[in-house]
Amino acid sequence: MNAWTLILLLLAVMAAAYNLGRKRAISGAGGIAQIKTLHSLPVYYGLYAALWAGIPALLLLGLWSGFQDQIITALVSSSLPPDIVNGLSEGRIGLLINDIKNLATGNIVSSTVTPEIQAAADQFARLEWIASGAKWLVVLAVAIAGLALALSQTAPKMRARNRVETIVKGIMILFSSIAILTTLGILLSVVFESLRFFHSIPPLDFFLGINWSPQIALRADQVGASGEFGAIPLFTGTLMVSVIAMLVAVPIGLMAAIYLSEYASRKVRAFAKPVIEVLAGIPTVVYGFFAALTVAPFVRELGESVGLHVASESALAAGLVMGVMIIPFVSSLSDDVINAVPQSMRDGSFALGATQSETIRRVIVPAALPGIVGGILLAVSRAIGETMIVVMAAGMSANLTANPLDSVTTVTVQIVTLLTGDQEFDSAKTLAAFALGLTLFMVTLVLNVIALTIVRKYREQYD
Amino acid sequence: MSTVVEVMEKTTGAMSSAELAGEQHSRATVGDFTVADARMACREVEVWYGPKKAINGVSLDIGKNEVLSMIGPSGCGKSTFLRCLNRMNDTIDGCRVTGSILLDGQDIYDKSLDPVPLRARVGMVFQKPNPFPKSIYENVAYGPKIHGLTNNRAELDALVESSLRKAGLWDEVKDRLDQAGTGLSGGQQQRLCIARTIAVSPEVILMDEPCSALDPIATAIVEELIDELRSQYSIAIVTHSMQQAARVSQRTAYFHLGDLIEIGETNDIFTSPKHRLTEDYITGRFG
Repeated sequence: MNAWTLILLLLAVMAAAYNLGRKRAISGAGGIAQIKTLHSLPVYYGLYAALWAGIPALLLLGLWSGFQDQIITALVSSSLPPDIVNGLSEGRIGLLINDIKNLATGNIVSSTVTPEIQAAADQFARLEWIASGAKWLVVLAVAIAGLALALSQTAPKMRARNRVETIVKGIMILFSSIAILTTLGILLSVVFESLRFFHSIPPLDFFLGINWSPQIALRADQVGASGEFGAIPLFTGTLMVSVIAMLVAVPIGLMAAIYLSEYASRKVRAFAKPVIEVLAGIPTVVYGFFAALTVAPFVRELGESVGLHVASESALAAGLVMGVMIIPFVSSLSDDVINAVPQSMRDGSFALGATQSETIRRVIVPAALPGIVGGILLAVSRAIGETMIVVMAAGMSANLTANPLDSVTTVTVQIVTLLTGDQEFDSAKTLAAFALGLTLFMVTLVLNVIALTIVRKYREQYD
Repeated sequence: MSTVVEVMEKTTGAMSSAELAGEQHSRATVGDFTVADARMACREVEVWYGPKKAINGVSLDIGKNEVLSMIGPSGCGKSTFLRCLNRMNDTIDGCRVTGSILLDGQDIYDKSLDPVPLRARVGMVFQKPNPFPKSIYENVAYGPKIHGLTNNRAELDALVESSLRKAGLWDEVKDRLDQAGTGLSGGQQQRLCIARTIAVSPEVILMDEPCSALDPIATAIVEELIDELRSQYSIAIVTHSMQQAARVSQRTAYFHLGDLIEIGETNDIFTSPKHRLTEDYITGRFG
């Protein structure tokens, strides 16, 4: 008697509806020989009937399953005798209701079973049974009503194809809006939590403060009770690591793309391009310990050999490794756009006596520039949002420094530290993560908007 | 290959079996392929794409101040031959050229010769207008800039203007030189490409079906332009339109399956072709 059986049954009804609708259309037309008099192919009449039988019933089933439990709970709790409910807090009542449900379904109960609770549990079970039965009946009735409606409309003149297409289009719109609504939902939840954060910490202190020590005192006399939420050190840290990463990734990626698309022979290209793209497939956590265990000590030793003090977790090490990680983004996207520049551009330039390098510098790269900029900005978004490498290699201390050999921390690292472990979700410390997340989101959004604007402004037409 | 077979079948009636086998051996050219004052002189040129031979021992002169048109059915090698004249075939993998092509007495396939400056001397206009995605001014100034032909901005301005004037485009674009060349109409784009080619003062201009993407009015304008340009340049033009060949050229060469079949004064070719294949082609029996 579970929901899956009902869904299978509904599918069977839909299959039957398909056959009925199809047959009815054919017989309405006067047999298979007269099929040309139908507005649409018989398949569409079948689909129309099947959709009518299935969709309303499925929607009803979904709604019913969603609300049944709440309604029954409300009914049971309102019929509880007032003398047990009186004087109980809301949480206590919730526990009581839980006990009633557990009793009704035969699970373990936390308190002693009084006759009142037993009665309520019986009532709960009875309501549940009635509701399930009613659900079956009503859902099947709706399915059959839908089927009947569709069949009654089926006539040779009915524009079944157009109607089916409209319904299918509606379903597609629904699905595509799920993606949009999810994004919106995430954004709103982050915004609301951030607003709660900004209630306790003024936005100016957050965006312009230069000290980051996110803690909230439990007692007034606690050591280190003064929490400070100035995010500037995080922003500069993120910026520094990203800039170092881009300084590595952009020249290497761009040069690699130009070599592969303009100079490399077919064989070299067939080998090198997939190998470079493997870089993108390495899990970031692997890059992370590569950065922390190999690159960072190397950078430190190198620095110390020339007399520089290098922190063991330096921005430089994290940025270098992140740059390597991003190379394939830049090179792969640039390679694609460079290849998309038509051969006729190259021919035109060669025919004027330009060398290959002049052609690349003056024609190909300018023509491909929008795509290249788009790829670079995408890589920047990726660098700003990258977490694992900086968690392992950049460190936790929020230094406000311009020295890449120092340890810095980034927005993503702080979000991770704020939200790992046991947290109370109403303290400013935890909510700060949402404010940081919102900032990160806004920066990425702005970057994407800029990228799109540049691409649009400089988009060149070749025909 | 199917088109070649079709053409072969259509022409079998006119040819002996020896002629049919002539794909292997070069067929003798009817008419005198030399001119008194040759700018370019090609002798026994053969072009191979990998193992496949595309041009069969073609010998042909391009005179000074003349328009030479090359006609023939699709796949006859006329574009391939044209692209040998400024070594554009070098950019195609597996393409091999033998024989000799002289420009002012100098072999352009000589090992010591760099194809890059050669292409400034032998310019090319393509089938589809291909202006760079830059402004009109920058399109024309591109060649002079990379070759360092001018000393300052004023000279460059003057060169751009004179090139656009020669291409008959100046009056139409003088007020919008900073707009994108790609925003012009098809005919204007093609004239822009011609202006771009003229700007590096070539000796020879090669045109590969320059009007095939243009409407009749734009075609007429470009044809007039070609005729005017003859006073300063040697022009070799590949065309599918026999009327165009008749209108713009002084001499016409008829290509067939990689062979140069017949060459002569344009008038003679179109009024009294000597070779049976030429006659069949210009009377529209195939092609």
